[in-house]
Amino acid sequence: MLKRSFGKTKYIPIPHDTQPFRPPKPGQAICPQCNSGITAEEMLENYKVCPMCRHHFPMYAPERLEWIVEPGSFQELNNDLSSYNPLGFPGYDDKLAEAREKTGLSEAIITGLGRVQGYQAVLGIMDSRFLMGSMGSVVGERICLAVEKAMELELPFISFAVAGGARMQEGMLSLMQMAKTSASLQRFHEKGLLYISVMTHPTMGGVPASFAGLGDIIIGEPGALIGFTGPRVIEQTLGQRLPENFQRAEFQLEHGMLDLVVDRADMRVVIGQILSLHLGGNHG
Amino acid sequence: MVKRQFDYENNYENIQDKIKELEELSDSLDFDLSGEIKFLESKLQALREVKYQNLTPWEKVLLARHSERPTTMQYLDGICDEWIELHGDRLYGDDQAVVGGIGTFNGMPVTVLGHQRGKDTNENIKRNFGMPHPEGYRKVHRLLKQAEKFGRPVLTFIDTQGAYPGAGAEERGQPFAIAQDLMLLSGLKVPVISTVIGEGGSGGALALGVCDRLIMLSNSVFSVASAETCASILTKDVHQAEEMAGNLKLTAPELKELGIIDEIVPEPIGGAHTDPEQTIALVKAAMARNLYEVMERGGDLAEQRYRRLRAMGRFTSK
Repeated sequence: MLKRSFGKTKYIPIPHDTQPFRPPKPGQAICPQCNSGITAEEMLENYKVCPMCRHHFPMYAPERLEWIVEPGSFQELNNDLSSYNPLGFPGYDDKLAEAREKTGLSEAIITGLGRVQGYQAVLGIMDSRFLMGSMGSVVGERICLAVEKAMELELPFISFAVAGGARMQEGMLSLMQMAKTSASLQRFHEKGLLYISVMTHPTMGGVPASFAGLGDIIIGEPGALIGFTGPRVIEQTLGQRLPENFQRAEFQLEHGMLDLVVDRADMRVVIGQILSLHLGGNHG
Repeated sequence: MVKRQFDYENNYENIQDKIKELEELSDSLDFDLSGEIKFLESKLQALREVKYQNLTPWEKVLLARHSERPTTMQYLDGICDEWIELHGDRLYGDDQAVVGGIGTFNGMPVTVLGHQRGKDTNENIKRNFGMPHPEGYRKVHRLLKQAEKFGRPVLTFIDTQGAYPGAGAEERGQPFAIAQDLMLLSGLKVPVISTVIGEGGSGGALALGVCDRLIMLSNSVFSVASAETCASILTKDVHQAEEMAGNLKLTAPELKELGIIDEIVPEPIGGAHTDPEQTIALVKAAMARNLYEVMERGGDLAEQRYRRLRAMGRFTSK
């Protein structure tokens, strides 16, 4: 093949075809971007991506886990760590209980060991439904323990971030998780290990300003909002409207902040390729 | 409405004025009231002392933001035998909201860094109200690497509402710049001692606060985000900031209790700005003591700092 002769692999992501608008039928999901109707089977087949306009719907942690990790290979770590209300913050206990009830998760991140495209790795996958994927003590601790596990086993670390920012109800204990997770990654990087950070919609505030911003390779999902301060606050500060694509993954790529923007349909293959380029072998 | 005036100080001023009137009366009428005046003055002093020992969290937030409060450069002038400012990030520009340089501290070369706000409108415009852009955090990064190369301990001063929430800051990678500082500081091979001198807000403050010892002035505050921000996000009502300041546990004694900070430096009655010289001298003494302790402790500095950070957080495990 011509491509091969140039030393390239077949895994260069190509833009996916979009299809014209399709009016929704009753019972179908409606794409918030193009208003097309999407059947349940299409949602499943396309990993929750609109086949018409490539809008990426939120993928929750259990779904993402099932999608990224080889079946039967996942072993969850530190699920026993659980948040309480250390500051006695009004309403926090109720919000935690509600989030646990709603998601069936113990916190805003699932961490563990699993096989990705044939490679053993340590993973951290966040869930936006759990208090906006905010980073409190447990999220920070689980990330540190996951990074330390990856160091112990000399494995790559892969994270899928989705976060509104810090867990305000935990005050400074939450802010210090930024320092704590960055510190564990400092040691991880010193050991020469690989960290792939994927930022999904939205990845804002203290999360990209700490662990998620410290990947060797940082990938954005199409359309993901990525930044420190949210666009509404900036608009209030400046008193002017921001461009439509401001802080979107494509904007961040253009400004040199991301290595890649990868469609969910290609994500596993691209991660597999990065793993193979670092670890050798052809497990893809 | 959110209370922004120092009502209690106005009251004390009124009482002070009345005492003065009494003094004048006493002089002009040749009617000796000195005993009564002395009594009233000591009573006023006692009243102020009690007040300043019992400031509410929100009153501390306001005091920490007091425009007359000493700024980083005043501390640098006060604690360094001499110091020179170094500018720029070698990438984009020189952020005036962060100052950095090299100085001598009790005869020892040190690298100094701090957020710099202004005391009046003109100065605040120049300093962007002490809210850094990415170039500020990259200047910090450059000067930290320089400190490590020459084996100089690092002293930092925290005094910012937060990183600047603007379009340019985002275009130039605000979160990435902050993350790089957090990571570099956590593994830096020289001692780092930090002091919160005013308001510490969010990741923009923490980027200068990953250290071996964290000190706070007694009326300074350090918060995950400003009380106003938390109120508007969590309750959609910025007027609940006063109550929020209490919920966030952002005062020095509360943060010491939570294991976030190591030492509290007492401010004079009335706040740091009423006696900057004394405040700066006390901060210098506290930073010196902590620095020498860290230096004399020996062992693997980065490992000890990691253990310190690693212990932060509260959770249960079944």
